Amino acid sequence: MSLKLFEGFRFTGKRTPIHRMDPRPKLLIASSIFLLSILFTNIIVLLILLIAQLPLIYLAKSLRRWSNSLRGGAVLATLIFIMNFLTGSTLVFSLSMTLRFLVLISAFSLFFLTTSPDDLGLVLERLHLPYTLSFTFTTAVRLVPTVALEAQTIVDAQRSRGLELDRGNIIERLRRHIPILIPLIVSAIRRSTELAEALESRAFGSCENRESLITLSMKWTDYFVAIATIIILLVGIFVRLWIPLPSLDESIRLPSIWV
Amino acid sequence: MIEVKGLYFSYDGNEVLHNINITIHDGEFIAIMGENGAGKTTLIKHFNGLLKPSKGEVLIDGVSTREATVASLSRKVGLVFQNPDHQLFSETVFQEVAFSMRNYGYPEETIRRRVNFILETLDLRSYAETSPFMLSGGERKRVALASILVSDPKHIVLDEPTIGQDHQQKEKLKNFIVQMNTQGRTVIIVTHDVEFVVECRPKVILLSKGSILAEGSYDEILSDEDLVRRASLVPPQIGLLMSSLRDLGFNPATLDVYQAKSAIEKRLLSNVSKTL
Amino acid sequence: MIVIKAQDLTFTYSGSKKPAIENLNLEVKEGEFIVITGPSGCGKTTFARCLNALIPSFYRGEMKGFILVLGMDISKSTTSQLSKYVGFVFQNPENQLFSLSVERDVAFGPENLGLPREEVRRRVEWAMKVTGITHLRHAAPYELSGGQQQRVAIASILAMKPKIIVLDEPTSFLDPLSAHQIIETVSNLRSEMEITIILIEHRLDLASRYADRVIIMDRGRIILEGPPSKVYGEDAEAIGVGIPKISLLFNLLKREGYDLGCTPVTLEEATQAIRRRIMDDRS
Ligand SMILES: Nc1ncnc2c1ncn2[C@@H]1O[C@H](COP(=O)(O)OP(=O)(O)OP(=O)(O)O)[C@@H](O)[C@H]1O
Ligand SMILES: Nc1ncnc2c1ncn2[C@@H]1O[C@H](COP(=O)(O)OP(=O)(O)OP(=O)(O)O)[C@@H](O)[C@H]1O
Ligand SMILES: [Mg+2]
Ligand SMILES: [Mg+2]
Repeated sequence: MSLKLFEGFRFTGKRTPIHRMDPRPKLLIASSIFLLSILFTNIIVLLILLIAQLPLIYLAKSLRRWSNSLRGGAVLATLIFIMNFLTGSTLVFSLSMTLRFLVLISAFSLFFLTTSPDDLGLVLERLHLPYTLSFTFTTAVRLVPTVALEAQTIVDAQRSRGLELDRGNIIERLRRHIPILIPLIVSAIRRSTELAEALESRAFGSCENRESLITLSMKWTDYFVAIATIIILLVGIFVRLWIPLPSLDESIRLPSIWV
Repeated sequence: MIEVKGLYFSYDGNEVLHNINITIHDGEFIAIMGENGAGKTTLIKHFNGLLKPSKGEVLIDGVSTREATVASLSRKVGLVFQNPDHQLFSETVFQEVAFSMRNYGYPEETIRRRVNFILETLDLRSYAETSPFMLSGGERKRVALASILVSDPKHIVLDEPTIGQDHQQKEKLKNFIVQMNTQGRTVIIVTHDVEFVVECRPKVILLSKGSILAEGSYDEILSDEDLVRRASLVPPQIGLLMSSLRDLGFNPATLDVYQAKSAIEKRLLSNVSKTL
Repeated sequence: MIVIKAQDLTFTYSGSKKPAIENLNLEVKEGEFIVITGPSGCGKTTFARCLNALIPSFYRGEMKGFILVLGMDISKSTTSQLSKYVGFVFQNPENQLFSLSVERDVAFGPENLGLPREEVRRRVEWAMKVTGITHLRHAAPYELSGGQQQRVAIASILAMKPKIIVLDEPTSFLDPLSAHQIIETVSNLRSEMEITIILIEHRLDLASRYADRVIIMDRGRIILEGPPSKVYGEDAEAIGVGIPKISLLFNLLKREGYDLGCTPVTLEEATQAIRRRIMDDRS
């Protein structure tokens, strides 16, 4: 499950309009959805926020990965629902909270699925973070899948030597992870030495004012998307503050003896 | 016996093995060859149940890998991974090699005897109390091998045993593998190393893009230049030489350098005797 | 012109007692293609690290003797300074690519040198063309085969326009056909630019035909060097180097009294020599 959730956030280099978009409007979209979902508890609005993402995800050809991330979050979502409902919230409110969580996962999954860590690095550079810092960040993001694959190989290798990870009590189980952890650390050290060597050999950090080959540039479509997002966000805030929305039946809840 | 029947396998919807059918009898010596990404490692991970078929089945001595745990299967099928750094973790070589025996619950006395025996066989005796991390690449690889062989599995599977090894180590490895095979164990090696295969003379299974391309004796397969290149391999040099001398009566299926030597020698001798 | 000159070069990693390379003497001329080989642990990588100052600036230890690379004393230089002149391709492609697109990766080195954008662009295009990866420009490393990744690594180095390129077992994870293509790509560089190539390889059968000189190391020393056809005589065999099978064949025949007059390195040479001999005998 955990790996599935992670898959739903991993960038894949597809060539779609959404992937090609400048990272900044995408970040704006994700943050706006975040903001709106925090502002509203109304289940209809939250539903709209979720459904509104579908065309984008479809355009980004990422439906499968996106649904993976939602499925990965399903356990947590169920938990949120049960906790709310059991503690005396109405059915509709509990559902809203669950939906809000899914909206958030979905929005950020959409962002990370379609934004290359390289582009994210460029955004960080634009924010005047030191290059080494943004480089470290993007490299870390990039290495996650590689290290995950390596961890799998290590688990496989040790299981082939008769290691059973899921036997015994909790302490016993932790102890059984030592043969996984040590090789993982050893290879991480080896990998970082190799990376450092390769970086040195490519003059990393030898020059203060480097110019990136690729620069971020907003096309008119990017501006259009950004402006549209801001308008929607403003309308949302306006509605939240001044217009009462119809709400669903708020009365279904567990009888208080249960609570 | 290892039977693979109609095996399909996908990593999250991405099919990498298509309809694989193989029967490997006890005591056979097999080399699985093919290009990077052909699916060789994926295939052998099915032999001890690390991966379960998406479709079809794999039977080890008649038992489906779906019905057995990896721990029980790996007592029969010893799988040695390509990179020893993915498994070494103990403080001493002795402890490292004893690890699997401990997992299988052998008594301490048996463990000591078996570990010492295998260290002796693999020329590692003097390192018993050394940390495995202090050893050279070639030595670490032998420790990984010892840590699997120690429990005496009936079938042995080696992923890329020759990578990073120099000529002398390869020579030793070859002798050792051949010896294990003559003692009756099934040996399966996954390798790109065409010359190594020529020296070991196993049966070859060519895997390409997730399907079996061909299966047969090493000289039959490796002398088929077209076939070999389709699996992204390069034919053995001697084979190429013999094949370009085919018009002089040399046999293109001669791949071994010593056989080639005798063939040329014979040819030169007969020339001489004709002229006499 | 001599581009590399090592004299009595000895290096001992700190914490180890035995020198990893010992009294090494070597001169390399501009434009040479050199193959270095020898048993595991004999010091090949250590020597390579001296060529771009990873030793002694990255790996600590005690160095004796000296080595000059393009006239620069490496004990007084840093790897970043040298990276303009000496390119380094490592064994594992996974740990030497830094970007999620080929194009950006190739640009990474020139960017670090602080070159203006147009110059970076020009070099990137050129390096991708020379290594035949232009069509992969937008691909991410994990979408590429090992062979393609290694080609990206080479392009990334070329874009820095080095005078010397050092490759440390660049093909060991690759299948033979990809390995062959990599070595071919490397040798083609020579028609593209004036470049000196140092290739560390176990696979002599693939590399030999392009080599001007083969250097065999053992226990930290150079024990044999010369053109491949000379080195692959019986000496190398006796040391336990895995010489190409066709060279071995001719050595074996010679030992039986059939001297075919050469130690072949390429298939064509071998075929011709045998053909000639058989025809000669006949007439
Ligand atoms: N854990 C994994 N998750 C997803 N895809 C994988 C995984 N492991 C391997 N693959 C993919 O499956 C295919 C077959 O890989 P496999 O490792 O079996 O090839 P191989 O023949 O062993 O190659 P090599 O010679 O490079 O070792 C490749 O396309 C690879 O990218
Ligand atoms: N970072 C290090 N610290 C200490 N000792 C090292 C280090 N790297 C290598 N050595 C030692 O130096 C010697 C030479 O190693 P080197 O890596 O140069 O060999 P190599 O010829 O490249 O071998 P291989 O073919 O296995 O790559 C070995 O004995 C090795 O153990
Ligand atoms: Mg593999
Ligand atoms: Mg080395």
